[in-house]
Amino acid sequence: MKVFEEALTGEEISGPPSKSDYLMDRSFRGIAMVCAWFIIGVVGLLLWEIGYKAIPAIREYHLGFLTGTTWDVNKQVFGILPEIWGTLYSSFLALAIGGFFGVSMAIFLTQDFLPARLALVFRTIVDLLAAIPSVVYGFWGIFIVVPFIRPVADWLNAEFGWIPFFSTTLSGPGMLPASLVLAIMILPTIAAVSQDALRQVPYRIKEAAFGLGATRWEAILKVILPTASAGIFGALVLGFGRALGETMALAMLVGNSNQLSLSLFSPGNTLAALLALNFPEAGEREIPILMYAALVLLLITLAVNMIGTAIMSLSSRQMRSGK
Amino acid sequence: MSAQDPLFTENENPNLQRSLVEPRALLSTILSGAAWIAAMFASIPLFSVLYGLIVRGGHRLSLEVFTELPPAGFEEGGGFGNAIVGTLVTVGIGALISIPFGIMAAIFLGELEPNGKVAYAARFCAKTLTGLPSILAGVFAYAMVVLTTGTYSAPAAGVALALLMLPTVVLTAEEAMRMVSAPMKNAAYGMGCTRSQVVWKIVLPTALPGILTGVMLAVARAAGETAPLLFTALFSSYWFVENGKADLMTPIASLSVLIYNFSGMPYDNQIELAWTASLVLVMLVLLFNILARVLGRKKV
Repeated sequence: MKVFEEALTGEEISGPPSKSDYLMDRSFRGIAMVCAWFIIGVVGLLLWEIGYKAIPAIREYHLGFLTGTTWDVNKQVFGILPEIWGTLYSSFLALAIGGFFGVSMAIFLTQDFLPARLALVFRTIVDLLAAIPSVVYGFWGIFIVVPFIRPVADWLNAEFGWIPFFSTTLSGPGMLPASLVLAIMILPTIAAVSQDALRQVPYRIKEAAFGLGATRWEAILKVILPTASAGIFGALVLGFGRALGETMALAMLVGNSNQLSLSLFSPGNTLAALLALNFPEAGEREIPILMYAALVLLLITLAVNMIGTAIMSLSSRQMRSGK
Repeated sequence: MSAQDPLFTENENPNLQRSLVEPRALLSTILSGAAWIAAMFASIPLFSVLYGLIVRGGHRLSLEVFTELPPAGFEEGGGFGNAIVGTLVTVGIGALISIPFGIMAAIFLGELEPNGKVAYAARFCAKTLTGLPSILAGVFAYAMVVLTTGTYSAPAAGVALALLMLPTVVLTAEEAMRMVSAPMKNAAYGMGCTRSQVVWKIVLPTALPGILTGVMLAVARAAGETAPLLFTALFSSYWFVENGKADLMTPIASLSVLIYNFSGMPYDNQIELAWTASLVLVMLVLLFNILARVLGRKKV
């Protein structure tokens, strides 16, 4: 064979690694390992930095910080209960709205409602919704959403003011506009993760439902959604986690007033907005206190996200074993 | 379908059509309509945002806004040239930190030791970081860099943005590397390649489109971030490079913080500029998103 002879006489194309190859290999793998450790280190450092800097405030204010309702720099009284309430309230409202539309969108996109090309259009719309920066949403909220919903809010307040949810007028920024914008921002997350969950439902389960004579929506509501329920629940938890930590839209729209109110139209405050507004002007004295608030936010979001991730991996494992 | 078939002897054409007025079928139709309406409804915000940006921000779009400095309240005209430069500088620093570390970590996670304990822990940490509120990245950079150096600066903002970019870079790069087919790698091993040679010559080139997709998505996200910049970069009304000199350790402007600052201003000129800045920012972010998508489509 001429070809092989040529290959042998010419420069070798294969051979054992040389000493320097070994050395390079070792060091390269070492660097890669260091970088993997770097990620773990960063998370550790994050917890340590915020936790350590918060210690003076924790020593001084203990857990009363979490239940106090006033934030007064002059009197040195600090409490973040209104912020915790505002964070949870706005996130739940956003979850209710964004969750409904997000899951509907996921069903709409995965259950063969649309020809492929049209589905791509809607999928792109959802992706673009996720791409728009939150500060732009906040800005849009101030100048378009608030003027748009204000007449509706005032009418509801005038007619149904006795219901606690409508008990105040909307003076501009408030819970409802903030939650609406927040809902738009978490919709893409919920839609994307629920779509994954719905796609994991084995096709034969759907076929079986149709074979038994189920209509399209009987199959969706009674068979497909229950099968994907764990994954969809995970999507909602992750969306909730995102809503808890969202800053700009809330700092711009929630009104930044320290009050506990059930009313959808009253201004409020959230932990993230509190940090955004107070950090730039914080003095030596306030930094540990703000770090304490940051630590509370960090722990809440970490817990929610870990629960969401755990549910997701559990549900996909379930799906795989069910096949 | 022979005549002997018992099912079809009585009635040659069984009626498989469902009557539309039958309650079950009616409910199904109504719900389908509701799903259409919900999807349409969910699309309204996007069009409303884009419409607002184009109508209110479009008419101020001129060369002037890219070359001039932000105006004070009572001034006319002006632009946000320094904010565009600032956004590019801060995102650039963030990318310089997060991309090398992210890709090297992804090589470890996706190729070198995907099932080790370190890999599991690192992957878990990266996933946890995806859900990190962006403001906390700012708090972290504030504690780490601003308090240490004693000044607001571009590197502080870069650290905060890097923290937010890192998980996207790592997780997409890892995913891309896992897609590289085993026979190709085995062929390289068969020729006597070391593992790092396989990574350099086979895995990285093959996974490059996927890795770049992740990088572009991370850059797009970082460009739009505001919260981590508020108290790391702060803001500046001057150029980053003045008289041919650039001082890294000074506050630096950015598009997103400019929008935030101007949104609360009572002057029409500044509000108008904020609309235009939003338009420019959204175009910038969408550009990177489209790049990510185009690169991602070229899968091998």
